[in-house]
Amino acid sequence: MKRREFLTKAMPAGVVLPSLIGGFSLKAFGASSLLSAITAANQETDHVLVIIQLNGGNDGLNMILPLDQYDNLTLARPNIILPQNKIIKLSGFNTGIHPSMSGLAGLYDDGKVQVIQSVGYPQPNFSHFRATDIWLSASDADQTIESGWAGRYLSEEYTNFPIGYPNTVMPDPLAIQIGSFISPAFQGPSVNMGMAISDPVNFYNLINGIQSPAPNSNAGKELTYIRQVSQQTQQYASVIKAAAGKVTKQGAYPTNNSLADQLKVVARLVAGGLKTRLYMVNIGSFDTHAAQVNTGSTETGTHAVLLQRVSDAIKAFMDDLKGLGASKRVAGMTFSEFGRRIKSNASNGTDHGAAAPLIVFGDAIQGGVLGKNPTISAATSVNDNIPMQYDFRSVYATLLENWFCVDKATLSSVMLKNFQSLPLIQAGTNCMSTNLAQTNRLSGESLISNYPNPFTTTTTIKYTSKGGHVLIQVFNTMGKLMATVVDAVKDEGTYNINFENQHFAPGVYYARLQNGELQQVRNMLIVS
Amino acid sequence: MAIDIYAGNFGAKELNHLLKRTLFGAKRSDIAGFVGQSVAQVVDFLLRDLPLPNPPVNNYNDTAYTDANVPAGQTWVTAPYTDGTANSRRVASFKAWWITQMLNQPASIREKLTLFWHNHFATEADMVDDARYIYKHNALLRSNAMGNFKILTKQVTIDPAMLRYLNGYASTRTAPDENYARELQELFTLGKGPDSKYTEADVKAAARLLTGFTLDSTNITSVFNTSRHDITDKQFSSFYGNKLIKGRTGTDGAKEVDDLLDMIFAQVEVSKYICRRLYRFFVYYDITADVEANFITPLAEIFRNANYEIKPVLKVLFTSNHFFLAQNRSCNIKAPVDFVVGLAREFEIVFPDASDYVNVYYMSDYLRSTASNLQQNLADPPNVSGWPAYYQIPQFYELWINSDTLPKRNVFTDRFISTGYTRNGKKIVIDPIAYTSKFSKPEDPNILLDEALAHLYTIDVSADVKKFLKSILLSNQVTDAYWTTAWLDYKAAPTTAKTAIVQTRLQEFYKYIMNLEEYQLS
Repeated sequence: MKRREFLTKAMPAGVVLPSLIGGFSLKAFGASSLLSAITAANQETDHVLVIIQLNGGNDGLNMILPLDQYDNLTLARPNIILPQNKIIKLSGFNTGIHPSMSGLAGLYDDGKVQVIQSVGYPQPNFSHFRATDIWLSASDADQTIESGWAGRYLSEEYTNFPIGYPNTVMPDPLAIQIGSFISPAFQGPSVNMGMAISDPVNFYNLINGIQSPAPNSNAGKELTYIRQVSQQTQQYASVIKAAAGKVTKQGAYPTNNSLADQLKVVARLVAGGLKTRLYMVNIGSFDTHAAQVNTGSTETGTHAVLLQRVSDAIKAFMDDLKGLGASKRVAGMTFSEFGRRIKSNASNGTDHGAAAPLIVFGDAIQGGVLGKNPTISAATSVNDNIPMQYDFRSVYATLLENWFCVDKATLSSVMLKNFQSLPLIQAGTNCMSTNLAQTNRLSGESLISNYPNPFTTTTTIKYTSKGGHVLIQVFNTMGKLMATVVDAVKDEGTYNINFENQHFAPGVYYARLQNGELQQVRNMLIVS
Repeated sequence: MAIDIYAGNFGAKELNHLLKRTLFGAKRSDIAGFVGQSVAQVVDFLLRDLPLPNPPVNNYNDTAYTDANVPAGQTWVTAPYTDGTANSRRVASFKAWWITQMLNQPASIREKLTLFWHNHFATEADMVDDARYIYKHNALLRSNAMGNFKILTKQVTIDPAMLRYLNGYASTRTAPDENYARELQELFTLGKGPDSKYTEADVKAAARLLTGFTLDSTNITSVFNTSRHDITDKQFSSFYGNKLIKGRTGTDGAKEVDDLLDMIFAQVEVSKYICRRLYRFFVYYDITADVEANFITPLAEIFRNANYEIKPVLKVLFTSNHFFLAQNRSCNIKAPVDFVVGLAREFEIVFPDASDYVNVYYMSDYLRSTASNLQQNLADPPNVSGWPAYYQIPQFYELWINSDTLPKRNVFTDRFISTGYTRNGKKIVIDPIAYTSKFSKPEDPNILLDEALAHLYTIDVSADVKKFLKSILLSNQVTDAYWTTAWLDYKAAPTTAKTAIVQTRLQEFYKYIMNLEEYQLS
């Protein structure tokens, strides 16, 4: 039984939780997760995730820069590279952030921002269309899934929605899209779990009178759908208006910044007490094939303006939440359907690429940089892409598990398989999480190497397991999965395994090790 | 297997279904004009060729700004750029002009097809950033809307607006840009269905092949620059039968586009993909295995056999038994543009006279902005994939309707049945008395109700709903004669008081009809 069903079924309305718990034998719960979930119910229910979608494919290499690779990056993108002295260094790491993102850098200094390096997935797709579907559905690259990852989560958590909703346990919308178009991420297995709002104060009265029975046809299906929207709109309008009405004063937000406008609404609804779990906001125009930067002044231009909007909006949002006393409840993340090519093009822009950094933020986030700087070759070719270090689904899975306290069994049915957990949420924040510093320290060891390198026919991969499941995969520079070398549980220790060149073309290949929360990427070079 | 031609009853109800799908709203005069004709005759008429409309004009000079290159009332489409202010006003002018074409459309499928092709070969005015390119692109879509799809694809490939939108103009042999090469295959011809198996290498090869096209920004044309073209051979994947397209030198390099399109159009998937898109736009979004096998597949064969001529496909589609099946009626959720323009046309809202073009543009611009608030910003779709309602699995058209847009649709219909929209001393509004007067027997509330519902809906409603709607006309009285008397009294002597009596009741009546969810369906 899910916790919510348990509460709904077992509790008379109006019962205060602590007295109820006093009446139960603690042992009866067996594992303490249910108990801790109930005792922590208040905070747990209050957790909110804000997802910021950067539509168009954000150039990660112009947002988060590998400072130790600056020279090679300059060779790869001479016409757009930021001046070295303008880049803001992220303390503790040899990694920098775009100068227009000073707001975000300030939050980083406060320990509220984590940069996750090189987030992607195997066999990256370079189409906006398809890549967006992959990110929103959390599917494999070669798999089509019609539901969204957040929609699947909400349908597990709130069974049977929309039948029986709103109710006393969940009186509020499950997920809110700021704007007029609901993200496919909120699409559940059968219905969309989200609601679109552009103005939380003004709702128009919809009619609610006699209806003809819907026929059993396609027309009937569409009619029922529209009626359902109408009904939900009416039902939720009053709670949204009430929540918005509780917040009469908000902090300052930048003007001419659509993302800031959207986040301002989110802050108002969160602080107004909505139990809504997920909010989705969007900012577009990241498809910078041309004129990404201004000639001769590369720290300015289209991309700089966009990044500044993102940074200013997040900073104002976090400050506002703090002032409203709601910042502890909120975690946020950015994502874009892909990063862009390492090498710039002739029109001062960049073409579609693969992995890119992702930013998570919030009071409960472990500040810092997760993962290593990507390695940039001195001779980057036009087709080279950043190899993935972290699967984007690990980010979703971690947030679900450690921020929304989703149990492992539910998690694997939402995420469709198991993904490694990442150190995103501070230890002790409700659900347990490991320590970023520790993970980063461990990742400093060389966990995977190969010899000889370069090689022609065979090389020996040496790797270290800290115990648990080990996965080693080899990708080419396009991110294509070439081989899975190890996929097994390995006791703590160091192992060797031979890797044969299976008629691979000469070039760079990435061997990626994943062991629990750790992963490392080793560059291997095949020569003829 | 062959597609069956519709042989059932073809009356006002079937015409309403056909016209609501092929036009922006079905005017009663359109329906009446076709009654008595066969489905084949009507479809032939809808598919007839028409001359291009006159281009948009300078409606935008005002006290704050004068376009130095274009006198008021003259077209700007061939004028110099002038400046950024002129351009943004021209973009607004273009969009309003486009709405006007829809409002004033003759009984022809061309305007709806132009929107279909705009969604298919999507460009964004905001990014192309020159109204003249956008107009030219739109004229290309309109003049080829019922022509040959392969020729249209070729024209779009070298169309200045598209070259600008997808960076083709900046793609050179030393730095080929993959943007257009990718979308040409993924969105414009092959799609991304399971049988579309072009590779990343095909994208790169096509990108090299397409290098060399640049822009003549004075004449708004594309120019082939031989020195920018990659003259080496282009190898394609096994999906294309390992086709090798030989590199061509000099001006012959521009002919490689034809080689590329010949190779792409040799794939059966092209015809299937386009037929699926037409089906989703004009029939229903859910393409079941049965529809794929028994409708899309034979329709695609017709498309291929006709060498990608569009008319034969549309002729079969709209005269098919399948199109008129009960399951395919009323299941299309009106797209925002269809919703707002359809309302204006079906209620025959009177716009300022064409000679008062400034106010005509203002009014059309209001409809444009309404559709934009409802998530369909004409000439500025969200991206190169067009509007998600036409492709996003599994919701498709349902995406038009959510808790934000449904109330906004109600705000719009409520406004037009009450105060209307006023600008510059001119007003557009539904005249419910004028609309009602054209029904066969407006004084009979039962006939009026049936005829209004048969026009404004394509789906039947229950006796209870009808009873409720009639009670609005009767002000909750039970005797029909109260309405009959009120209407006839008004007709006999339309005094202010007598007009108000029927006007307010009719306003409530039509307001409610448009507020019911059935009105969202077409």
